[in-house]
Parts: sequence; structure tokens; C-alpha cells
Amino acid sequence: MQDVHDNQAQGRRDFLKCMAWAGAGTLWLMKGGVLHAQPLGDGAQAAARDASFSFAQISDSHIGFHKAPNTDVGATFKEALALVKKQKPTFVMHTGDLTHLSKPEQFDTLAGLVQGANVGRVFYVPGEHDVIGDNGAEYFRRFGERQQPGGWYSFDQGGVHFVALINVLNLKAGGLGSLGADQLGWLKNDLAGLSSETPVVVFAHMPLWSVYPQWGWGTDDSTEAMSYLRRFGSVSVLNGHIHQIQQKVEGTITFYTARSTAYPQPAPGVGPGPGPLQTVAPDALHRYIGIRDVRHVQGKDALAVTEEALS
Amino acid sequence: MTTLHARHAHWMWVAMLFVALGLVRSAWAADVALPKAKIYRVEIHGFAFSPKTLSVPVGSRVTWLNSDEEPHVVTSAGSLFTSSKALDTGDSFSTTFQKPGTYAYYCSIHPMMVGTIIVQ
Repeated sequence: MQDVHDNQAQGRRDFLKCMAWAGAGTLWLMKGGVLHAQPLGDGAQAAARDASFSFAQISDSHIGFHKAPNTDVGATFKEALALVKKQKPTFVMHTGDLTHLSKPEQFDTLAGLVQGANVGRVFYVPGEHDVIGDNGAEYFRRFGERQQPGGWYSFDQGGVHFVALINVLNLKAGGLGSLGADQLGWLKNDLAGLSSETPVVVFAHMPLWSVYPQWGWGTDDSTEAMSYLRRFGSVSVLNGHIHQIQQKVEGTITFYTARSTAYPQPAPGVGPGPGPLQTVAPDALHRYIGIRDVRHVQGKDALAVTEEALS
Repeated sequence: MTTLHARHAHWMWVAMLFVALGLVRSAWAADVALPKAKIYRVEIHGFAFSPKTLSVPVGSRVTWLNSDEEPHVVTSAGSLFTSSKALDTGDSFSTTFQKPGTYAYYCSIHPMMVGTIIVQ
């Protein structure tokens, strides 16, 4: 693993500038309550050896998208799943925008690809592209967990508490992503019984921090959600939505956004809006695979959160 | 003879006048029909509605055309008119505004995109 510390932010900016493409996904390794990210490729198995368990994150597959720079998002999604399968993660999470337009046939295509890849248990959260026109009815019918009427849920794995949040429904004019009072109330209760030593991983589609509100890259009421999480020694917040790697550390909370398996979006504020970066030549797409970006923070309990992502 | 010629010429003028009138009338008909069918357009481009605010007379039909590479949804704030389906690149959506008022709308998948139709 290669660490890139904060003082190498310039390198990171350069990386983001030329950063292009979509990624296969990230393999997350839980080692003694510390979340490490690992390239989905050579070396992943060796790194995973001393991990208590691992899970893979894939995001923004946008099945149904068919334009530049990726006219075959099904193929790149399939590639990502093949890499995931090699690592034999305990489970897989998809952080939303399964489809491009919430069409039943797009959901079916995605479900077929996942089933065919035989990657084991997959946990989903919806993106705004998955809830168009029906408040997510087609999505929930196929991929919804039925713990709560609102669709949000939590589970425990290897001593780590996982929370799946939904922030793409009931969006208001001029607003950002939204969790809503019901979900916040549930979250508060869900976390109430846990000791502060419990590592917590929260995942949702839209960033739960203000990456770039002008483009809608944030969540209106995320501050309240974070207020429930601050007492924990290790919190990792994983999102998709912006099709690129961005990271922020706030005390013991590390926020991470993932790449897309479909197409990249521009860096915050670059260009008129957050549409697909079309200038990436098809043969250049995979050239960026293997780029790593790691930061880590030393918390007061010496808990480190390490992130590494690659195409 | 002279009279006959004059008459002939007279009839020719009358005939030409009728033809001309006919042309004018058909042109009028088109003119009269246009205001009713006039389509007001809102472009969706670069994650924005353009014009952001559009004033139209009562009974106007407004058409949104998505020329972005991303899908967008025209959604009425407060459900004052029926929302569009997901508009992919090149798709359009039209609705007629029968009552005066201010109709705020946004894109339900990119809610920072907002616009207003003022119906007078």
C-alpha cells in the first residue's frame, strides 16, 4: 500500500485534474477496527490475509447510459464484478445509481449481471437515478432491505456496525440530498446502544458532507447525522454520486467518495455542471486503473482510517 | 371594342384581387392560429433551465427540451402541474398552463436546478 499524506495534496490535485475514469471498485479491509482500502488487483489477496474481513464497494454503474465516454457500461460493470469476485470479500456494497433512468429493464440487466458474477451477498442503497418517477418502487421491489418502512437499514459484521442510509428521496427545490426526520430519528436509536469503541461504517449514495453544494454534492441534514456519530472512535462514511475520489477527515470521521464503474465526472466546479466527462478517449479509460490515493488519520485512540482506491 | 377591352381588363383585375385576397386570408388564418399554438421553450442545458424565469399568457403551452448529456426531470414544486418523466438527451416535455400564477419547478434528480413559469 502506498500512503499519500496530506502534505502531498498538490499531487492529489494533479491527480484529480487528469483523473479520469471510472474505477472497478475498492476492496475494504477491516484490520483491528481500522478500515484499509486496497486496489482490486494484484496484491489484494496478500494484503487481505491479516484482515478480519473485507468488503468491496462498487458504485454508480448507471446501467442504461450509452454515450461518450462509455458506450458499454454493462461491460465495465462486469469487469468490476470479476475483480471483486477474485478477492472473495465477505460482502459487496453498491452505493447507488444502479441504473441511469430507473427503468425496469435496466434494473433487470443489473440484477442479471450481479447474479451471473456470483459475488455473494450484495447490499444496496439507491441513487437519485434509481428513484425517478416512482419514488424508488421498482428499486425497492428488487433490491430493498425490509428492516424499516423507509428502506434504510443496519447490520453487524465482524464487530463492525454498518448503516445504510437513503438520501435521494423527497428532495426539495434548490436543496441537496436529504435524510429526513424519520431516518434521523431511526439512526439516533440505532446507534444508541453501541459502545463508542464499535467501528461504524455508514454508506449512502450522495455525499454526507459538502463536497460542492453548487452541484448538489452534499446532503441538507448530514450535520445532524454526524452529530450522532462523533462519539465513536472510528467512523467511515462511504458514498458514490460524484464519480471520483474525494476525501475529507473530520476528527475520527473519514468521508470517502468512490468512483463510478461507468464514467467519470469533472472535478468540483470545473465546467458548467456535473455531467459525464466526455473527453476521455475510450482507449485511455483503463490506463488509469491502479492509481492509488491514500490518506490516513491518527485518532486519539490510535485508530487509523486508511483509504486507497483505484480504477 | 374599347368598352369590351375595358370590361375584360376589369374582370381580370377583379379576379386577381380575389386571388390576392385568398392569399391574404390564408396568411391571416395562419397568423390567427399561431398565438394559440405558440410554444414557449425552456432549454435544459449545462444543468440549468434557460430562461430560468419565463412569463407566458394564460393558456400557453410550455415545452422543455433537454440538451444535456444527463437526464433531468421537470418537477413542479408543490405538485401544481404533472411532472415530466425522466428526460434523456433530446427528450422534451410539454404542459399547458390554464390558470394564472407562479409555478416554481425543479429537477427532482438535481434539485439545485430550479426555474419558474409565471402565467399572466
